[in-house]
Amino acid sequence: MNQLERIAVAMSGGVDSSVAAALLVEQGYDVFGIMMRLWSDGPRSPNRCCSPNDMAQARKVAGQLGIPFYTLDVQETFKRQVVDFFLDGYAQGTTPNPCMECNRWIRWTTLLEHAQAMGATHLATGHYARVVEEGGDFRLRRARDRNKDQSYVLSVMTQSQLSQARLPLGEYTKPEVREHARRFKLSVAERKESQDLCFVGSEGYRSFLSSHAACLPGPGAIVDFAGRIIGEHTGLAEYTIGQRKGIRIAAASPLYVVAKDLVNNRLTVGPRESLGNSEFVAGRVNWVDGHGPQGPLECLVQVRYRARETEASVISDGEAQVRVVLSNPLPDVTPGQAAVFYDGETCLGGGTILP
Amino acid sequence: MTARQIYLDHAATTPVDPIVLEAMLPYFGEVFGNPSSIHRWGQKAEAAVEAARSDVAGVLHCLPEEVVFTGCGSESDNLALRGAARAAARIRGARHILTTPVEHHAVLRTAEQLTQEGFELELLPVDGCGRVSPKDLESRLRQDTAIVSVIFANNEIGTINPIAELGALCREREIPFHTDAVQAASQLALDLRELPVDLLSIGAHKFYGPKGVGALFIRRGTPLDPSQTGGSQESGLRAGTHNVPLIIGLAKALVLTAASLDEHGGHYRRLRDKLITEIPLRIPDARVTGHPDERLPNHASFVFRDLDGNQLLAALDLQGFGCSSGSACKTGDPEPSDVLTAIGLPREWALGSLRVTVGRSTADDDIQAFLGLLPDVVSLLRLVAVSRT
Repeated sequence: MNQLERIAVAMSGGVDSSVAAALLVEQGYDVFGIMMRLWSDGPRSPNRCCSPNDMAQARKVAGQLGIPFYTLDVQETFKRQVVDFFLDGYAQGTTPNPCMECNRWIRWTTLLEHAQAMGATHLATGHYARVVEEGGDFRLRRARDRNKDQSYVLSVMTQSQLSQARLPLGEYTKPEVREHARRFKLSVAERKESQDLCFVGSEGYRSFLSSHAACLPGPGAIVDFAGRIIGEHTGLAEYTIGQRKGIRIAAASPLYVVAKDLVNNRLTVGPRESLGNSEFVAGRVNWVDGHGPQGPLECLVQVRYRARETEASVISDGEAQVRVVLSNPLPDVTPGQAAVFYDGETCLGGGTILP
Repeated sequence: MTARQIYLDHAATTPVDPIVLEAMLPYFGEVFGNPSSIHRWGQKAEAAVEAARSDVAGVLHCLPEEVVFTGCGSESDNLALRGAARAAARIRGARHILTTPVEHHAVLRTAEQLTQEGFELELLPVDGCGRVSPKDLESRLRQDTAIVSVIFANNEIGTINPIAELGALCREREIPFHTDAVQAASQLALDLRELPVDLLSIGAHKFYGPKGVGALFIRRGTPLDPSQTGGSQESGLRAGTHNVPLIIGLAKALVLTAASLDEHGGHYRRLRDKLITEIPLRIPDARVTGHPDERLPNHASFVFRDLDGNQLLAALDLQGFGCSSGSACKTGDPEPSDVLTAIGLPREWALGSLRVTVGRSTADDDIQAFLGLLPDVVSLLRLVAVSRT
């Protein structure tokens, strides 16, 4: 028995966190399950991370594993740190990544602190990534299953958070995790996973935005590179860099969203070749090692969840801010998304791409 | 990490007394007959049920035929309210229901549902301890009052109501008076010769009996319509084959409990008073809820300002203590309880409630350990709650 550690497992009722809990129980840890009650847009559209059904599933798995299971009300904090952040981001013309804010503020801050106050020494999740300790330093590594790797969204984590994190799935592939679920006879083995934003109802995020963010900029002009008005957009929040669908302008070759000009409420479009950024600035940078590189850093950068990484130079550009120079331009560098830096398999940290 | 297992939630339920279990066992196999059958198998079971009924009547000081066995305390409440309200409407056109905002939901939700049948529901005021005053009842009693229902002792805050005085007011006016004594029966001597009560509900698992069985006392002559219809069991008031072993268990448990009230009562009171005195001294922004003296002997309840009560229960559980709260919520979406709201507690207090109810096995050391731990748990949880805002 690993008696000195008491591990709180963030359970969602899905297969990943259920297997994470089961593996820890099997390894002899003192484990309890915890599920956060997140903010939802009224009782009719329950948050997809904690619907009554998810909660029932998680409770059932906990019962099967013989571990205690509790819920934690974080609705207010989640609304403020994640949902409002999401709405503000769109109001500012960016494409925010609320899942990273959830990891930064909710999962690895609020939940971790509360789990500790309840007596836990560690917090485990069903994330696909690895935490490795090397001489007192904690490194964040990509998961063995590169297809499922979630180190991108965990790039917000600090040394202290990593030292208290347990990610039991990092060494497994998704098929292996499902295999474990079947071996543990977990009823959730075949459950599908949801990819959508948990707090946005079934009508989708555009409808969510229009019903919640009264201050979103309205329709405006679509312009080409010469500044000629060639159409009208329905509101900048509805477009993202590199987007092709929904522009609704007939042209010889397909048009893509190239830039969003919030000040003039203009959307610039152009042919595919015109997409491509070779340089950008990222703010709110977190370095996983706690201090970041001395001087310019040659590394790999990933500008979207599940995107391929590309070579880049990262140069300090003030407090928690860096300039990123790409070896090859990328078509989808999108303000609001995270730029995450890697040295091979090791996640070094990341920041938010600034407009 | 902790091997400690201290159960302090005896108002939620209690383990079955081994003597009670022993008494029940023959009735699962050996004496399995249906009490409604003509033959000897049935007669044997029937005799056991009737003996149990006499035992219950002996404890409550009523007639055996005034005892109806039900499936649980909630069912007893349902039968009392529905049965008496419908009979009163049928016989004398009375459609006014008087009850309190501090009832168990078994009473309150039933009364609310009756409004869909044309009944008028009126809630009596309660004071800051959750008590109903006879004066308030008197001023609200009407000729067309169908039934009055006042909880004997509240499950959340432990307050005991002046049942004798309230019942007397109803009796003067020949209005049926019901009391939910599900909590009270485990702690207090109930003498129905003295108590002017027409209907009284109990449930066995609160007094070391089995779950799934209750009883309703129905004073002779109280008009009552059945709500579960079918066979003519229980004088036609509660259809369905008797659950013989559970009925035996209820009777045995009640007899044993009544016989040991004095023996356990002193112990309970000592532990309770220690909790009630010490906790507000050891923890800032902590208050006792319910009446300081007129409360169940084994029941201590508190509120802590700016604390998530559900999280407190989880943290205590992880430290080996099983407790409860007024608004126990398993979905993480807490709402202040109706009872705590009714006694005037604002939300920031009502969400942080804790109920500690001791039992036969609770030792002085258990309470000492609990008192040693609770202040730290509360301050730790308050600390992280503050860092959130």
